[in-house]
Amino acid sequence: MFKEASIREPLILGDKISYHQITEDVVRPIEGKANNMWWAAFSVAFIAMLWGFGCLAYTVGTGIGAWGANKTVGWAWDITNFVWWIGIGHAGTLISAVLLLFRQRWRMGINRSAEAMTIFAVVCAAIFPVFHMGRVWMAYWVMPIPNQFGSLWVNFNSPLLWDVFAISTYFTVSVIFWYLGLIPDFAMVRDRAKVAGNKMNEMIYRILSFGWSGRVKDWVRFEEVSLVLAGLSTPLVFSVHSIVSMDFATSIVPGWHTTIFPPYFVAGAIFSGFAMVLTLVLIMRKVLSLEAYVTVKHVEYMNIIIMLTGSLVGIAYLTELFISWYSGVEYESYAFINRFSGPYWWAYWCMMTCNVISPQLFWFKKIRTNLMATFILSLVVNTGMWFERFVIIVTSLHRDYLPSSWTMYSPTWIEVGIFVGTIGFFFTAFLTFARVFPVIAQSELKTIMKTSSKMYKNKTDNHHH
Amino acid sequence: MSTKAIHAIYDDDEVLVSAAKKIHAAGIHVKEVFTPFAVHGLPEALHTPRTRIAIASFLYGCTACSLACLAIWYFMVSDWPMDVGGKPNWTLYHNIPAFIPPIFEFTVFCSAHLMFWTLLFRSWILPGVSPKNLDPRTTDDKFLMLIETNDTDKVSRLLKETGASEIKIV
Repeated sequence: MFKEASIREPLILGDKISYHQITEDVVRPIEGKANNMWWAAFSVAFIAMLWGFGCLAYTVGTGIGAWGANKTVGWAWDITNFVWWIGIGHAGTLISAVLLLFRQRWRMGINRSAEAMTIFAVVCAAIFPVFHMGRVWMAYWVMPIPNQFGSLWVNFNSPLLWDVFAISTYFTVSVIFWYLGLIPDFAMVRDRAKVAGNKMNEMIYRILSFGWSGRVKDWVRFEEVSLVLAGLSTPLVFSVHSIVSMDFATSIVPGWHTTIFPPYFVAGAIFSGFAMVLTLVLIMRKVLSLEAYVTVKHVEYMNIIIMLTGSLVGIAYLTELFISWYSGVEYESYAFINRFSGPYWWAYWCMMTCNVISPQLFWFKKIRTNLMATFILSLVVNTGMWFERFVIIVTSLHRDYLPSSWTMYSPTWIEVGIFVGTIGFFFTAFLTFARVFPVIAQSELKTIMKTSSKMYKNKTDNHHH
Repeated sequence: MSTKAIHAIYDDDEVLVSAAKKIHAAGIHVKEVFTPFAVHGLPEALHTPRTRIAIASFLYGCTACSLACLAIWYFMVSDWPMDVGGKPNWTLYHNIPAFIPPIFEFTVFCSAHLMFWTLLFRSWILPGVSPKNLDPRTTDDKFLMLIETNDTDKVSRLLKETGASEIKIV
């Protein structure tokens, strides 16, 4: 059997770890009852979600005029939030797909919750462009469907259409990847309910587990499909945010017309995605007592990724700034001078501070292994990444080629309400997930118990010395 | 003499793999093993054939890629060519760079989804299907080996020797 180097830090802590112990720890929130803190958080999130639904209904009833977007700044709050949420989604697929291909065992403690986060974030993201269409009931027109309008097809030259394909593929493939991993875990919950005589749970999880029995051939196929899905999802992660960036990069707006956008956006997406994973996971491990499975080492690994991608984003900002001057294109250089010294200077400097300076703090081991510091910095990064999208979108548009059209943009309370609503939906979904789904991929985690848990590592050490 | 089923429970995956090797070497056919997770080395020990599901996925991808090319050629070149931003669509190969993203996405979409459905149908795991594992503990921490044999005494002895913790003859 494969033995891991003993100097590599354990990924599963605890002195009495066994396959059964992992099962017990993973099902505890499902079989137990929610506490008052959970209900309080759920209520707040649920009310925020309802508020968002109300604002969406108002938008549909009134029209896009209910938003602050105007003729000059035609894309604003909605696309900012769209890109922000899509970016957040990227960490889940990165953890489950890219880290699987690289055989990073630490992904197993966090992949389930990160993938759940991806799925909920993509739903939040999709709300914005879909409702920005105005007549939302005609959203199916984005599909190339035979029609009566002089065979009017969708335009396959347009990055907006590429986005439709990229995001729907990304969303549905993420869902099946996530669900595939859940099937054996649901089977575990089902069989425990059967033993305990809980008829209701047994029935629910029997349906959810698709009758999974864990035969040899099932596992062979399961592992093969996981590997191929990881291989397919890896280019997908990079393509989705590249295509999102092309929504901007293929235009001729100064500040958008940039060839570095695809890698720059992908790095930013992973950066913000890991920050959101940390925000959620740091709370989750505490509330659900999963400290033995989501260890400080996991947090440190994620912080290192944040530091790397944060630095890439920083380099991209500085490159953009340098090229705007070096190119000698006055429109381009004005766009950037306007960004850092124009009326939206505060957004630019907020972005710079949060995204370029704050992740550099993770060079210190004390900070990147400190959970409180990590939590605070994860919120800072998420704020910074929201401002990044706001800066790119609004400051580039509000003063473009035609000075007579220059104007300012500020959101209406409807737009703010929709954004608050998506945050509400996100947390409502995540809190529900944390109570009814196995939040740790227990069947995968069991495969590394003997190689990567503290107890087994100590055992093998004693053998050698 | 009637054929009987033996359910042997193992507590540990390493013991299980070595047991499976010995039982296979003794010429006894292991009908099925139910495990709570993917035990590495077990399919090899039982000489389970390799799955061809990745090949299926590749073929789905090839089909999807061709279909996407054909469809885009029809939409953008044949049926209704549009001149967008000075990029006329007279032929597919001239304009293919702009079409790579949707072709790629459709390829990935079909190979991933059809592979997933292939798994579900080949393993027959679908909503409403009844589980077939013979002991509820096999999704938790136990490993169950199922052998059908005429000579229960001999097989039971071998199973005990290889480290089975419980043996049930049905």
